[in-house]
Amino acid sequence: MSTNTSTQSRSRGKAPAGERVADWADGRLGIYSLAKANMRKIFPDHWSFMLGEVCLYSFIIIILTGVYLTLFFHPSMNEVEYHGSYIPMQGQLMSEAYKSTLDISFDVRGGLLIRQIHHWAAVVFLAGMFVHMMRVFFTGAFRKPREINWLFGFLLFVLGMFTGFTGYSLPDDLLSGTGVRFTQGAILSVPIVGTYISMFLFGGEFPGDDMVARFYSIHILLLPGIMLGLVVAHLILVFYHKHTQFAGPGRTNKNVVGMPLLPVYMAKAGGFFFLVFGVIAILGGIASINPIWVLGPYRPDQVSTGAQPDWYMGFAEGLVRAMPGWEINFWGHTLVLGVFVPLVLFGLFLAAIAVYPFIESWVTGDKREHHILDRPRNAPTRTALGVAWITAYMIMLIGGGNDIVATHFHLSINAVTWFVRIGFFVGPVIAFVITKRICLGLQRRDKEKVLHGRESGIIKRLPHGEFIEVHEPLSQEQLYTLTAHEQYQPAEIGPTVDENGVERKVKGSEKLRAKLSKAYYGEESQIPKPTVEEYKEITSGHGHH
Amino acid sequence: MSSQDIPEENLPAAQDTAHGAVGVADEKHPFADPGLPPHEHRIQDVDERAAKRSERSVALMFTVSMLATIGFIASFVAIPHDKSVYIFPIGHINALNFALGLTLGLALFCIGAGAVHWARTLMSDVEVADDRHPIEASEEVRAKVHADFKQGAKESVIGRRKLIRNTMFGALTLVPLSGVVLLRDLGPLPEEKLRHTLWSKGKLLVNMNTNEPLRPSDVAVGSLTFAKPEGLEQHDHGFQNEIAKAALMIVRIQPDNIKDKRELEWSHEGIVAFSKICTHVGCPISLYEQQTHHVLCPCHQSTFDLSDGARVIFGPAGHALPQLRIGVNDEGYLEALGDFEEPVGPAFWERG
Amino acid sequence: MKKLSARRRHPLAALVVLLLALACTGGLYAAFAPADKAQADETAQSLAIDEGKKLYSVGCASCHGTDGQGTTDGPSLVGVGAAAVDFQVGTGRMPAQQPGAQVPRKKNIYSQAEIDQLAAYVASLGAGPTVPTKEQYGPEGADVAKGGDLFRTNCAQCHNFTGKGGALTHGKYAPTLEGVDPKHIYEAMETGPQNMPSFPDGTLSAQNKKDIIAYLNAVNGEESESRGGLELGGIGPVAEGLFGWIFGLGTLIAIAVWVAARTAKAKKS
Repeated sequence: MSTNTSTQSRSRGKAPAGERVADWADGRLGIYSLAKANMRKIFPDHWSFMLGEVCLYSFIIIILTGVYLTLFFHPSMNEVEYHGSYIPMQGQLMSEAYKSTLDISFDVRGGLLIRQIHHWAAVVFLAGMFVHMMRVFFTGAFRKPREINWLFGFLLFVLGMFTGFTGYSLPDDLLSGTGVRFTQGAILSVPIVGTYISMFLFGGEFPGDDMVARFYSIHILLLPGIMLGLVVAHLILVFYHKHTQFAGPGRTNKNVVGMPLLPVYMAKAGGFFFLVFGVIAILGGIASINPIWVLGPYRPDQVSTGAQPDWYMGFAEGLVRAMPGWEINFWGHTLVLGVFVPLVLFGLFLAAIAVYPFIESWVTGDKREHHILDRPRNAPTRTALGVAWITAYMIMLIGGGNDIVATHFHLSINAVTWFVRIGFFVGPVIAFVITKRICLGLQRRDKEKVLHGRESGIIKRLPHGEFIEVHEPLSQEQLYTLTAHEQYQPAEIGPTVDENGVERKVKGSEKLRAKLSKAYYGEESQIPKPTVEEYKEITSGHGHH
Repeated sequence: MSSQDIPEENLPAAQDTAHGAVGVADEKHPFADPGLPPHEHRIQDVDERAAKRSERSVALMFTVSMLATIGFIASFVAIPHDKSVYIFPIGHINALNFALGLTLGLALFCIGAGAVHWARTLMSDVEVADDRHPIEASEEVRAKVHADFKQGAKESVIGRRKLIRNTMFGALTLVPLSGVVLLRDLGPLPEEKLRHTLWSKGKLLVNMNTNEPLRPSDVAVGSLTFAKPEGLEQHDHGFQNEIAKAALMIVRIQPDNIKDKRELEWSHEGIVAFSKICTHVGCPISLYEQQTHHVLCPCHQSTFDLSDGARVIFGPAGHALPQLRIGVNDEGYLEALGDFEEPVGPAFWERG
Repeated sequence: MKKLSARRRHPLAALVVLLLALACTGGLYAAFAPADKAQADETAQSLAIDEGKKLYSVGCASCHGTDGQGTTDGPSLVGVGAAAVDFQVGTGRMPAQQPGAQVPRKKNIYSQAEIDQLAAYVASLGAGPTVPTKEQYGPEGADVAKGGDLFRTNCAQCHNFTGKGGALTHGKYAPTLEGVDPKHIYEAMETGPQNMPSFPDGTLSAQNKKDIIAYLNAVNGEESESRGGLELGGIGPVAEGLFGWIFGLGTLIAIAVWVAARTAKAKKS
């Protein structure tokens, strides 16, 4: 009987076809319950919230074009003689991988375009992730409950770097082969197990016959597989947490204000995919990237000047270039610090940004959910730390391209390297100090604006001859927006004597936290925001300023 | 570290309660949240002609996209894949790649631009507020889950039957080892492979460019020559692995200018042969400055002084380039007097 | 005329006159000075050497010594050969403006005839490489692909994959090979100017050199195709990364700003 009623309940014979298909699917997948929560989901509007979309879409473009490329690419290091249509390579010995990449570029119609879209999309993907991460960092969007999603994003960035590296190494050209050689040298520097890892990774001595095939499976299967999983998890969490928003009238920590997914964001986000794809396709049509035919096939005894990795590996390259050549020999062993230290620094430098949310939450001791974004100026220490990190990163990027910098700015390469060596330590400190001061200055200006109003640009002459500029009071929306941010008080070490008069030992970690907290939120690190009293005192006096 | 040891008053008040109730804007709360501003209409909402214009623009963009796709197919069919064309300011480029890129890009871009323009001008732009709910479960749910878990654990008797638990952990720990063992055949053990090259006593130095054995007279002061061991041909299987270790860089320096005693001893009348493989991470180093006798690595700028035992004078390399001891055989050709005495290329743990 | 006199007191008038005067003297010098010197008889070798010696003592002797024996300011020219002179003077490197780590290429101030005379004189000081003939560096009978392989073995480490140039130590650099006369490239390989090592025939055979020149012409000539589009300097990933950031991500961010921006509101009446 019950089945009967349920068939009846859904037997709306006259329903439109689309509805009937949806009904059919709902009976099997439960899509209505899913759609109920999500179809009109609200997304706030801000351009910086679309940086993540740039990454998502370029990732999709990479997958689509990548699948196409696998149809023509031969991941093999068998030596063959070239007899395709590119004249300056006729009769040259090369690996099948290189030859098939030449064929994609010269003999497959549209193959070059897809190759270039694939590579440009990778460059944009990594750049997009970098900028997206910075947006999340500087607005404090990584705070509870989003720390895990920050880690997912971080992993995507790191995996993206290595997917990019294994990808551009596949054509087995002279430039990327040099990069692989560098990687092999770096692996050899690892104490104790270095030579073993190298032998196992390359199937014997460098370069061997296995490298391309192994990198291929890592590049098209292993890493993108993990990345795809992480992307899905990242997106599910974005949906589940709901998007953050900037403070503003009507926007609280307990709501999210914006436009519904259907139809506005469906159209905007869907449209943005086509815009991203369109821009990258045009890039692929007008700008050359990785023209492997002029680079030549890889030979371990050949090299070209200007041997750089793609930009996202550039900072690692800079670390290696700037490092002094330290090498310690003892008991028949060699510790290759000149290579191993940069290798470790590379990991630590990235890890620093990954664990930052946990450090900050420990310092503040704040366990509440945060859905309202900080303006970077209102978190001066965090902003300054972020800028210091970027400064170190950028200096290392310069280091990674020191030869190009030297030739294009007519400098000595040795001078550039020394600049990088010193700048890596000094630059972040200077950047930290300057950024913090700028943030505090902006905070003061905000305070000024709240208390005294906006400079109107109108000059008034008072009866006694004095000229003053008329300040217009802010609207309530503006007043709210400028005073909505939270300000922490520095944490202090609690009473050292408990209620029974027994002295307790103050732990080192507690002291450290008090110190850090003072550095973050002490008097020198934030400008107290205007209070209602201050405001009333000034406005009630019919102040002219 | 828990948050417990931070006094509550040090945490700022939550944003939504900081300024009193929402919407109360009076003398008492000058900074109070005034609530969502009233919705303002767009031009398209009030002016039907403007809306029509938007509609036409969106349709135009979708039409352009269709035309661009037709253009893409036409280019694919009509343009020969090797046709070169001069486009200002890009230069001489491949016509097919250019045409395909532009048409595909345009076709995609116009779909996106049309959709976004549609969303921006014609779809409702009323802002909606959606409530958030705390992510943490209520105390009730939390207690229920904990109780359920304890119940399940109890029913499994895992806590009581320790033998089962411990052997299970043991089995689960061991089983991945099979996977690790399976990786063993990824490659051979290092053994002494990194220590030896093809060079040995009596092997002739063969010019990389001409494939002819070198005579001392071929190597002039100030010149730069690359050599490989005799018998190694590019067609050989394993050529890449061998040349990666055996590649040689030969220069001639006036014997008076050679500062290192051993270097002079191992040279032939000032002709010195060094490994071409950088001791840093293995790039073929060969940017030889003939006036200074410095050789620079293009990858990481390690600089070696070839007139002084190829010691490192700048950059990240940790030790000098290995030198190959050479002489001249009875027929007057340059020959090796043995293998390199130390491993060539990047340093490694067992190098010593 | 009236206009001219009216503007004569213009603040820039003096500058204009000065520039005109400079242009006139320079032009006059260019028109007459070389004409006098070009009267030497080109067929007679000894005459050429004599003329070359005259040119040498004016333009070169101050650094290279009166008989090419060299001084602290310049190396000896005994045995460098005619090819070295043809390269150094023909590419404008010599006479050098100032001694330094590296003498840059600049506009050549001698006519080919004068260079030949100078070369004849320097060659008479001691035997050295001669100026190559067109058959030696011309494209006939060259193997472009082999040239590419040779270029990557011998040249690319300093001059980049397609000869765009690159950095050396302490501010020195390997110059770009773009737009360099094939003859000069041949001579550079033969003589090893400045810090460049030489590649004499024992190292790099005459056929090898021909192949290399043909390869360079194929990938870095005036008509060379940059198949994929903008070449971005041909210097690899640094330029590509910058381009990707600025024009790739930059464009996308600009578009994102448009997508997320509020649509214009109808004006309140």
